[in-house]
Amino acid sequence: MVSPILELTDINKSFGHVQANKNINLKINKGTIHGIIGENGAGKSTLMSIVFGLYQANSGSIKINGKEINLRSPRDSIINGIGMVHQHFMLVENFTVLENIILGFEGETVFGEKLQKAKEDLEKLCKTYNFNIDLDATISDLSVGFRQRVEILKSLYRGAEILILDEPTGVLTPQEVDELFKILRSLKDEGKTIVLITHKLIEIMDLTSEVSVMRQGEMVGHTKTEDTSKEQLAEMMVGRSVLLRVDKKEIKKGETIFKVNNLSVKDDLDVTRVKDVNLEICSGEILGIAGVTGNGQTELLEALSGIRKVESGSIELFGEKISDQNNFLNPRMLKEKGLAHVPEDRQRMGLISDFKAYENLIFGYHDQEPYSKSAILNNKEITEYSNKVMQEYDVRPNSPNLITSNFSGGNQQKIILSRELNENPKVLLVGQPTRGVDIGAIEFIHQRLIDMRDKGAAILLASVELDEILSLSDRIIVMFDGKIVGEKENKNVTDRELGLLMAGVA
Amino acid sequence: MEFLSDIASLINSTLRISTPLVFAAMAGIFAERSGVIDFSLEGKMLMAAFVAAVGSYYLGNPWLGLLLAIIVCVCLSMLHGFASVTHKGDQVVSCVAINILIIGLTTALAAAWFGQAGLTPTLNEDQRFLEIHLPFADALRDIPVIGTLYSDILSGHYVFVYLAYLSVPLVFWVVFKTSFGLRLRAVGENPSAVDTAGINVFTMRYKALAINGVLIAFAGAHLSTAVNANFFREMSAGRGYLALAAMIFGKWHPKTALIACLLFGFTDALQIRLQGVELPAIGEIPVQLIQALPYILTVVLLAGFVGKAIAPNAIGQPYIKER
Repeated sequence: MVSPILELTDINKSFGHVQANKNINLKINKGTIHGIIGENGAGKSTLMSIVFGLYQANSGSIKINGKEINLRSPRDSIINGIGMVHQHFMLVENFTVLENIILGFEGETVFGEKLQKAKEDLEKLCKTYNFNIDLDATISDLSVGFRQRVEILKSLYRGAEILILDEPTGVLTPQEVDELFKILRSLKDEGKTIVLITHKLIEIMDLTSEVSVMRQGEMVGHTKTEDTSKEQLAEMMVGRSVLLRVDKKEIKKGETIFKVNNLSVKDDLDVTRVKDVNLEICSGEILGIAGVTGNGQTELLEALSGIRKVESGSIELFGEKISDQNNFLNPRMLKEKGLAHVPEDRQRMGLISDFKAYENLIFGYHDQEPYSKSAILNNKEITEYSNKVMQEYDVRPNSPNLITSNFSGGNQQKIILSRELNENPKVLLVGQPTRGVDIGAIEFIHQRLIDMRDKGAAILLASVELDEILSLSDRIIVMFDGKIVGEKENKNVTDRELGLLMAGVA
Repeated sequence: MEFLSDIASLINSTLRISTPLVFAAMAGIFAERSGVIDFSLEGKMLMAAFVAAVGSYYLGNPWLGLLLAIIVCVCLSMLHGFASVTHKGDQVVSCVAINILIIGLTTALAAAWFGQAGLTPTLNEDQRFLEIHLPFADALRDIPVIGTLYSDILSGHYVFVYLAYLSVPLVFWVVFKTSFGLRLRAVGENPSAVDTAGINVFTMRYKALAINGVLIAFAGAHLSTAVNANFFREMSAGRGYLALAAMIFGKWHPKTALIACLLFGFTDALQIRLQGVELPAIGEIPVQLIQALPYILTVVLLAGFVGKAIAPNAIGQPYIKER
């Protein structure tokens, strides 16, 4: 029996009144890829931040190679051979790769010899793992996939034996995910230990040999990956059985009601982000936009929903021109015409997070009857409506007076969805509907979107989650560098095919 | 020949006038590169002027006055850090508080100690810094061009003038060529990256503020114990803010900040020179307009003449580690 390289015993951690980790026990064996799975807010990241010394546990002990250690700061962890690749990369964007990697481990007061030595060592490391990184490149010029490699290289350079990766695939294309997995496997073969934090079941099944499941701050199970299944893991994560596939009726396609002609849109920095896009959506259809973040989806949705100026081209709703470069209808007028928008950045655009839930639930309709009369809000009516709709959409906790930022991501999204679906829109624009949303809520949100489609709405769904696009859409278009680079009926199309289009290589 | 000596004296006064701006801008670079806004350059400069003057007066040595000013300014910087780094208060509010405090404090203390509101006794020659005449300055004066350059421009300044311009390459070296500088720049861009590299974000910011305090003390001492021989009310006269502006359109970079400081110094020197002078075709320019020149220049430059100034990414944001 090998002794585990990392052993956690009875770890407790709370933030104020919220207990993020309760009596966590965990053993991780050397030379394995160990998955930690759980929904958003289950406490996975907190736990690993404790192991990395970023947070200090309220109680409990951490042993590395059987020796108890006291981690007061990331420095202690790094010295003990722990490296972590955070979900949001810990890189200084206007520094070079080299500067980022040596930061904190310069080894000399004035740059000179050691810097040269570091450079040579890093070049060797790059060669060993086939990283193909230019050490003098500035981070802001690198793609997300490369930035991640820089993070891995950083940990390796600092002598990591245990590498923790927090949701590493969220921002990658399928091809980049393949590359990453290849790297992780070769690291494992070198004898490194990898801890993979994720909420994606498929990654666990693909990559890990052991898996631990967390739910609501507790460790609810450990198992060998080969002894379990996706369904079983999902049930452990959520605490009840979950439908992983969306049930969808055959499409009943109506006539075209939303049309975009030769649309081009610029962003705030005057860069053209949407280039000559044409698309149409029929009633009763979900059109999915796949693509890696930042390929124009954001600007496209903003232009379509009337919050960004159209550079050229036009947008038609029910055959009537609603926007071109000279004039465009504002979101309110669009709403009256039956177009609703669930923005992709819910904190910034979908909600006012300091407002109470009931205020967000009626925002945009607040000056209409029955919510207000003669410019005075009708609180009784609003409360009644809020209670009703929060029940209907299963928003938890069901308390309209709670400040919106205190709800979880999934429940915030439900608040937005209920507001936007309230008036039965004919056209629905949805951006990243399940970003940062837990499995249980994803199921609910997907079902609502399908219901809208079956009721005859035309839905445009932009998402970076390929699984979501594949399970909801009737038709899929792929955006790359502002252009539509492919269109497919959603029959027999694979994520590989889409991935190639998303990467702009097909 | 008169023209040449005019130019020489204009450059000479530009160097002198820019001196406190340069110190303050360099001080600002340290604070702001670490992610801490420093509006309190103005207040600290004023305090340094006061402390240096009082210190020199009682201790009889301007260097001791300077030392006292350094100690007091570092303390003020620590106060700013305590409010805005440790307790995550609003950095601008903390600075404004310091500035207001010092305007009142210097006036009141001067009244209490010397019986004159906001005025300290005149320092004698032993108690203040004197102009330094470089060797052979007089002998070389008559050599054309080189003589003027050496004797009328380079020679005859207070010690602070030389120190200020020496500080610029030093600051550049520290910020860009040392590991401390790397960490300093990183902590102002992405403190999380610094934290996860095992460096204490708070310690880094305090260190930066300490250096900031030392540098700004020089600016104040220059005003009250070198160019003037006493402290008077509000003698910093907005130089702290001007230096901050210079630093901003110097893009938080010592070299370009120096150029901006010199530009301000030059317009100021020019306005002094132009007062009461009849210009051909234009006639006499109203004094008020001339005096407003440096400020008009600030506005024009800030309005985008020098391109977009990109601040350190994390500036003004207190670092919050745990959610």
